Amino acid sequence: MPSRLPPTGVLLLALLWLSPALASTTADLDVDMNYRLDTLVEQPTSGRPGHSTADHSKFTQLQGPFADGPAVTKACLECHTEAGHQFQQNIHWTWSTVNEKTGQQLGKRHLVNNFCTNARGNEGMCAQCHAGYGWKDDNFDFTDQSKIDCVVCHDRTGTYYKTPTSGGNKACSVMFEGKQPIQWEKVAQSVGLPGRENCGGCHFYGGGGDGVKHGDLDSSLIHPDHALDVHMDEKGLGFACTECHVTTEHVWAGSRYQMDARDLLEGHKPGQARDAASCESCHSTAPHANNSIEGIKLNDHVKRVACQTCHIPEYARGGVATKVDWDWRTAGRLRDGEGYKEKGYTQGNGEHRATYKSIKGSFVYGENLQPEYGWFNGEMLYTTIDTVFDPTQAPIAINQYQGEASDPEARIWPFKPMHTVQPFDKGNNTLVYMHLWGDDADAFWGNYNFERAIARGMSDAGLPYSGEHGFVETVSYWPITHMVAPSEQALECQECHAKDGRLGALPGVYLPGRDSPKWLDLFGLALIAATLLGVLGHALIRLIARNRRAHS
Amino acid sequence: MSKRRVLIFTRFERLWHWSQMALIMTLLVTGFAVHGLHQAIGFEVAVTWHTAAALALLLLWAFATFWLFTTGTWRHFLPTQKGLWSVARYYAFGIFKGEHHPYKKLYRRKHNPLQALAYLGLKVVLFPAIWISGLLYLGYGLWGGAGSSESLMWIAVVHTAAAFAILAFVITHVYLLTTGHSFREHVMPMVNGFDEVELTPEEEAYLEHDEPGKIR
Repeated sequence: MPSRLPPTGVLLLALLWLSPALASTTADLDVDMNYRLDTLVEQPTSGRPGHSTADHSKFTQLQGPFADGPAVTKACLECHTEAGHQFQQNIHWTWSTVNEKTGQQLGKRHLVNNFCTNARGNEGMCAQCHAGYGWKDDNFDFTDQSKIDCVVCHDRTGTYYKTPTSGGNKACSVMFEGKQPIQWEKVAQSVGLPGRENCGGCHFYGGGGDGVKHGDLDSSLIHPDHALDVHMDEKGLGFACTECHVTTEHVWAGSRYQMDARDLLEGHKPGQARDAASCESCHSTAPHANNSIEGIKLNDHVKRVACQTCHIPEYARGGVATKVDWDWRTAGRLRDGEGYKEKGYTQGNGEHRATYKSIKGSFVYGENLQPEYGWFNGEMLYTTIDTVFDPTQAPIAINQYQGEASDPEARIWPFKPMHTVQPFDKGNNTLVYMHLWGDDADAFWGNYNFERAIARGMSDAGLPYSGEHGFVETVSYWPITHMVAPSEQALECQECHAKDGRLGALPGVYLPGRDSPKWLDLFGLALIAATLLGVLGHALIRLIARNRRAHS
Repeated sequence: MSKRRVLIFTRFERLWHWSQMALIMTLLVTGFAVHGLHQAIGFEVAVTWHTAAALALLLLWAFATFWLFTTGTWRHFLPTQKGLWSVARYYAFGIFKGEHHPYKKLYRRKHNPLQALAYLGLKVVLFPAIWISGLLYLGYGLWGGAGSSESLMWIAVVHTAAAFAILAFVITHVYLLTTGHSFREHVMPMVNGFDEVELTPEEEAYLEHDEPGKIR
């Protein structure tokens, strides 16, 4: 009934009134600036069905008012008496882990990466992705359970956000202005099992922006379709991250620091709960139907080829680009005495990405990328802050995947290689910590001086620095395991079984269709040519001889 | 001695020959696709058909071997030097001069000595080389072949070399059908089973009396 609808004029007026507001919201968003400035997060996913018997909004403890995060945490811990202690074991809290096999000290607290290079000393910025409140320097108290941020993972309103834990230089801190204050009561009462946007709030934005780091993890996985990821498909299975990253007592499976490159499901009885984020956990070690030659052959492959290798033909497929190349050498250029950025790349979803930023240097982006493949037994050897390397051997692998064909634990895995030219200590031949974030004269983000940023970063960590920095090419490898494509898009055999296939010169295995000694084919073809020539020659002589006899 | 048309290739032998022909052609085409020599068919299709045809051929060979030994037909393939050189000489020289083929087909010896030797070589050298290497190739997962590129490569080398040799045999085999009176005359015995054979009076009498369906 038309009379019930508002007149068109009113609608138009309303739109006109709304449009500046809409425009300004969009203008404020900058996908290059990190951390949850994406409105996608504000439409929560359906999350993981928890079959909960409790409605947290009815709990008297959660009625508030709450002054801040720790006040909410204290309320949580009143009922969840063990959660605090449990979470203190979690790497999301410790940011530190020792790999038992290699003995290497890993974790964000210690490692140097080839994006923004180090969280150490830059906690004021980086620790906004720490699942805690207020870690800005070495004085953070890891024993204080009230500092645990429960709601960053358990908020189901989509309105929760985190900002840097300390003020940076003006150049950087502006990007966090203008957010609405958090409504702690609403957030606290909404809690549930984490949805993709909870984990994704950090993991999709690793490396300083949407999709930057992993290539197979970005904001397109908040509301993905079937083509992007068959498991997370919002209209299909709708998996939350914890569907695979199974949790026991607040510690969950599937860390890239401790990978299981070949899951044999050992000791696993049917129906038994199992903490492994592997494809095999659900799909078994013989996932293809055994009723065809193809299926049997594919199941044969499972021993030596990771599922991801065939089933993730390309990464960064969701319209969000990933960084593949970063050059720190160009950082620090100024225009009119100010830092600036150039938006030289438009990604699949239409958003513009910076190809240059004064604070970081120059970048190259990529989308729909073919992974690089290698033998991987689950072990990564890191170049840590104290590793001395030979810069002439560059690129220096920040994390080199281990394994070879003769190692039964190794399988062919896909990786995203990330190439960077970054500062290093020219005198000591080690990587360096840079002091990037801070409202002080040494912070690179504001003062653009490598020498001071490195000297301060190293001295804060109590590490030697020769006083002279250079730049070295590094590479890091990111195992590709998300964005599992529909089975029809899985790799065709000849993608690898061909002369110029995806596996290139991958050593240690004889690959039909790719490998054959050149002399064998030469011998074979020569034999066939000789036979044909012999036969034709024989026939020709017969023909000539017959004609001669006919004439004589 | 008289020349008569006699059933020398039984129904099983003909079925064996033609299904073997079809399977070997399939195996050659698909095998060289797997090897990467041509891209006319996709790898997946090639592997599927190659494996299926190979298993079918092994089954056929199992039956054929059983048949050869139970019927005594294996004796046709025993190597002999008697007449070998005259047949070789014929193909090298005599054929151009319009000489007649020196070998007279016998009821107990339907192949000429050179032919018998070629078939024997195929049966005891090339075929075992290809099926033994083929089974090892197919079952690489059972003996750790995926972890050792060297051994798998040598298996593939033997397999492929045997395949090239079999292809050379096929070319020669088909070419030799064009020698003699006509291509058709050479092919028909493998179609209807009957060929002209020199019979002793005893053989002729036996066939006419006891196996009238085998003599025309």
